[in-house]
Amino acid sequence: MRAVPVTPRGVTDEENSHLDRADSRLVRRRSLRLLGSLLAPLKRLFVLTVVLVVAAQAAKAAGPALIARAIDVGIPAAQDGSWGPAVLTGAVYVVTALVAGAATAGYIRLAARVSQSILLDLRQRVFRQTQRLSLEFHESYTSGRIISRQTADLDALKELLDSGITSLASGFLYMMFVGISLFLLDWQAGLVLLVAVIPVWLITRWFQKRSQVLYRISRVASARLIVNFVETMTGIRAVHAFRREDANNRTYADLTEEYRHNNARTMGLNGIYDPALQLTGNVTVAVAMAFGAFRVLDGQLEVGVLIATLLYTKRFFQPVGQMAMFYNSFQSAAAALEKISGLLEEVPTVRQAERPVPLPTASGHLRFEHVRFGYGKDSVVLPDLDLDVPAGQTVALVGQTGAGKSTVAKLVSRFYDVTGGRLLLDGVDLREVTMRDLRRAVVMVTQEAYLFSGTVRDNIALARPDADDAAIEAAARAVGAHDFITALPEGYDSDVNKRGGRVSAGQRQLISFARAFLADPAVLILDEATSSLDIPGERLVQRGLQTLLADRTAIIIAHRLSTVAIADRVLVMSEGRVVEDGAPEDLIGGTGRYAALHQAWQDSLV
Amino acid sequence: MPSDHPGRQRTDPSTNRTDTSTDSPSHSAGHTATETADSAGGATAGASSSARPGSTPMEPSALPPSTAVVATLARLYPFFRPAIPRFVAGMLCALGASLCALGIPQALRWAVDGPLMGAVGSSDRTGIWQAIALVLGLGVLEAGLIAARRAFILIPGTKVEASMRLALFRHLQDLPSAFHDQWPGGQLLSRSMSDLGMLRRWLSFGLVMLVVNTSTIAVGIGLMVHGGGWLGIAYLAGALPVIWFSYRFSSRFRRISRLSQDQAGDLATTVEESVHGIRVLKAFGRGREAYQNFSVQADQLRRTEMNKARTLGAFTFAITAISEVMLGLCLLAGVWLAIEGQISVGDLVAFFATAVVVAGPVEQLGHLVSMTLYAKTAVDRYFEVLDSPNTVADPEHPRRPDEVRGQVQFDGVHFSYPDEPTPDQTWRDPDRPRERPRTEVLDGIDLEIRPGETMALVGLTGSGKSTLISLVPRLFDVTAGTVRIDGVDVRDYSRHHLREIVSIAFEDSTLFSATVRENVLLGAPQGHDGEEDLQRALTVAQAQFAHALPRGVDTTIGEEGLSLSGGQRQRLALARAVAARPRVLVLDDPLSALDVATEEAVTAQLRQELAGTTTLVVAHRPSTVALADRVAVLQDGRISAVGTHTDLLATHEHYRFVISSLVDPVSAGPEDAAVPPSTRSAEVGF
Repeated sequence: MRAVPVTPRGVTDEENSHLDRADSRLVRRRSLRLLGSLLAPLKRLFVLTVVLVVAAQAAKAAGPALIARAIDVGIPAAQDGSWGPAVLTGAVYVVTALVAGAATAGYIRLAARVSQSILLDLRQRVFRQTQRLSLEFHESYTSGRIISRQTADLDALKELLDSGITSLASGFLYMMFVGISLFLLDWQAGLVLLVAVIPVWLITRWFQKRSQVLYRISRVASARLIVNFVETMTGIRAVHAFRREDANNRTYADLTEEYRHNNARTMGLNGIYDPALQLTGNVTVAVAMAFGAFRVLDGQLEVGVLIATLLYTKRFFQPVGQMAMFYNSFQSAAAALEKISGLLEEVPTVRQAERPVPLPTASGHLRFEHVRFGYGKDSVVLPDLDLDVPAGQTVALVGQTGAGKSTVAKLVSRFYDVTGGRLLLDGVDLREVTMRDLRRAVVMVTQEAYLFSGTVRDNIALARPDADDAAIEAAARAVGAHDFITALPEGYDSDVNKRGGRVSAGQRQLISFARAFLADPAVLILDEATSSLDIPGERLVQRGLQTLLADRTAIIIAHRLSTVAIADRVLVMSEGRVVEDGAPEDLIGGTGRYAALHQAWQDSLV
Repeated sequence: MPSDHPGRQRTDPSTNRTDTSTDSPSHSAGHTATETADSAGGATAGASSSARPGSTPMEPSALPPSTAVVATLARLYPFFRPAIPRFVAGMLCALGASLCALGIPQALRWAVDGPLMGAVGSSDRTGIWQAIALVLGLGVLEAGLIAARRAFILIPGTKVEASMRLALFRHLQDLPSAFHDQWPGGQLLSRSMSDLGMLRRWLSFGLVMLVVNTSTIAVGIGLMVHGGGWLGIAYLAGALPVIWFSYRFSSRFRRISRLSQDQAGDLATTVEESVHGIRVLKAFGRGREAYQNFSVQADQLRRTEMNKARTLGAFTFAITAISEVMLGLCLLAGVWLAIEGQISVGDLVAFFATAVVVAGPVEQLGHLVSMTLYAKTAVDRYFEVLDSPNTVADPEHPRRPDEVRGQVQFDGVHFSYPDEPTPDQTWRDPDRPRERPRTEVLDGIDLEIRPGETMALVGLTGSGKSTLISLVPRLFDVTAGTVRIDGVDVRDYSRHHLREIVSIAFEDSTLFSATVRENVLLGAPQGHDGEEDLQRALTVAQAQFAHALPRGVDTTIGEEGLSLSGGQRQRLALARAVAARPRVLVLDDPLSALDVATEEAVTAQLRQELAGTTTLVVAHRPSTVALADRVAVLQDGRISAVGTHTDLLATHEHYRFVISSLVDPVSAGPEDAAVPPSTRSAEVGF
């Protein structure tokens, strides 16, 4: 898929590692922009870190000079009975040593602060972004990939930040310093060094091009590994039940090998790059030596100067390994940032209006005006829906799978936006309402009652974090969950463990019902929210619902007609249209689909 | 419990309460990492932990840190063994490269002193060419050796990582559900990815540099002692405080790095849950709270990392300052000794020249030691999982009856969920007394399902029905009693064979990211006509909608594909169980998400399909019960009655209470009950 350059690319084409030139530049620039925006607020701290790095390097560089001075000046002076210079040099040596140590300790801390601030910032941005993105996005972008963005990709960046700043600053400055000294000493030797820059540049270009692709592949491979890992561990019961262990092992082994192989290739590339730079340095020393030695022979150069130039040339290349390492982790981090910046670039399809209308207290009047909706471009689920639900009415949606019941629920809770027409809450288009007000006004309870790790109490309080214990308990009582909760080992403080391991599916639904009760919204949507309850449980919920729904708008989707029975109005849906609409008693008395459905259900009861 | 640790940040994104929950079931690992570190992998830690029950967790380790590090890293041996020759070769190359690097200045000096000086004024240029050739040769050799070192080490480094990653995955897949219920996913993932990645970097860089640097330092100091006499010994004396600092540093750093790795795992768990629970968070508009909660956790990790950097900074300061101050003192002493004539100026120059060479590696030591400690913690964390014993293991000599008739028998089955300590308690104190007696979910189940019979299991929500049926394919093991198939204890079958015999459809239907075909045929026997199985299963489960998907049965579904409704997922899960052609079929409320019409169609098909297959089906509705020949009522952890639906309806009050929506539970008198109503059933709702 080739996106037009002007549109944000986001995560489309994320798995493609062989980008053409323009695309490659585009994503690279995007990731550098992200890095820049992360660094911007830390500019001063960053500069301070670099200053400390310089100070530490300078203090370290002073050491040998001081030793030379102690030997050249201190000893002769002391022999003459004057200990002053020797003691002074020794003292200065100790002081510079302490300065070097302190500056090093300082920049380690500062660099960590810079790096950790960046990571925190980025973590928060990614988290906020994933929460902001619409369900539509989450349905195609797997949880494993988001996790891999948040873990493995950030690890790559962490590696760069942890060692990068200091090695770049110290290495670069050191080379600059040595290079300038060399020029001042003997500009002709300096020219040799300049020539040596050419192969360094060529090698670096080569490395950049190759490693860019490999690191992209590496990010994709690591994401695949994580996706597979997360999926297997999340579905471990099914894995066991259907004996998928061996097949999974094979898949995972392939993915591991793919990741390993690619890692080996990137490391191999680096294994060429680093020695090649080293080689360039060493050859340059030999060339400089040849160049200088014959000038010495011709009497154009002092031997002392030659020695000095050679030592400088050698030193110039000393931090080359460090720089290569920096560049390597930079490439790796840049590839990771490409993926992260792509995720951050995604625009939620459902988003708050620029000038939202506040709706602090909604009454719950819903109105569908020629609502049209389809998932994706080609599908049409709701061709043209007109519907008016007065505030306080309880509406039951009935119909076959695929009739569009859940779609209606998702539109009302604004998990999706309508493709055509309008959906109004209290006369305000849903797209105009602030997200905060909308979430307060409309709450949906779905069939899959996800519990977060933590206590039962925490899970109920999710609906209203400021609720006190009494309110939480009242909500649980209202839906008939109180008894089973108190029977748990630690009552409301029992840990539900991973994926609600200890509570049954029915109990999970009760907890999720209690959430809805606590949330106290103007519009409540129940999408198959009672499917796992047993009959006594359902009976209790029913009773709770009658109080709960008394003064609020409700949309109930249930194939159990017992739940439907409490509705004021039943809508029978078929292929996205309402085919029957009326009070349940009236429909039962008729000859329509609902009457038939009701009869069948009656027959199944005992 | 230590009071100064950042505490367990609740992973529940809903609550903004960040109080330190000191209650037992907290997942957060690493409050007391010191002890973990001591026990070197945790597996054999029983003795050492119980030996000091009252020890404060923050107490520094009793063992010398080096031993613990070495002991932990020694556990890598089985993974590392194939890589050893290449590692040794790589290390030799590294040492050779260092020697070359040291040799180049010597060659320069020799060239300048010898051929160059000799040639000035003469026209003999061969010597100079020779010298240049020598410098060039050493230079090329150094680069070559560096390349060789990398080539030797990079492949085995990645292989060790890959084999350990694979071993972890295998082990995790082998471990029973009970384990996975206890361990948060992020903690497992961070072990598999971050920790092993860390280990690889350490193996291919840290370890080599550590060896090279240590030997450089040792050789350098040796030369200094040899050439400088007392000066060298004085310098060496500086090593004593360095060792003391290293000791203090390593115990502190280990604790912090453990904490940081554990916090990173918790953070990954939070991310995982926030994505898996995104619908709930969106439905209640709790994105902000989730974000705040995540931020607090991420900030804790940041603080820990800062703490780590401070510790590392202090250590680096200590070793740099000590060695350099010692050098400064040596400088003064050297001047004095030189004047006294006890040492030549030449020796003094050599002494300090060597000292300068040693200074670099000494300074890097802090970084390398910290990297090593970090790798050690990573290995500890890794083996914690790899060492977890499999409580649901295969028997040594599995039974494999020729023909399975499919008779299932529960005999005095008791079950309570393994209230085993949560991961962090394992290393805190395995002998910690349990806080409360275990609550038994199943309290003596006796039940026989005849071959080919369909038995419905009816009981209240939370009465243990799902638990009971998951004992058949050994997703859990009984605490007491036995489950038998054809008279053979299920624990005597191999798990693979057992799960071939027994197929299960769960209530929450997990589908994998694969095509419909692959998902349905997941457990299907090999060698059969897949297509026929597929069609039959789809028909039975009324999942014909699959044909209407964009690419028919080859449409990818699951997380990475098309999302299906709850009812659709449930039907595919049912189709999957049917397609496996099991002798024993276990269904957990398989029709709960289906509408009345579909349910009816599925029931009719299933009844036909199940003829001859022993089936145990959990039922909440009369419509599901209709599948069954007989019904068993699960009440208070026991089977209180077995009979036909009609009989039970007439005689069993609790059954009527559970299954009938026509009977008003209050008016149903106890006089016609076969079994006296239990206290629990009398309380409405539980």
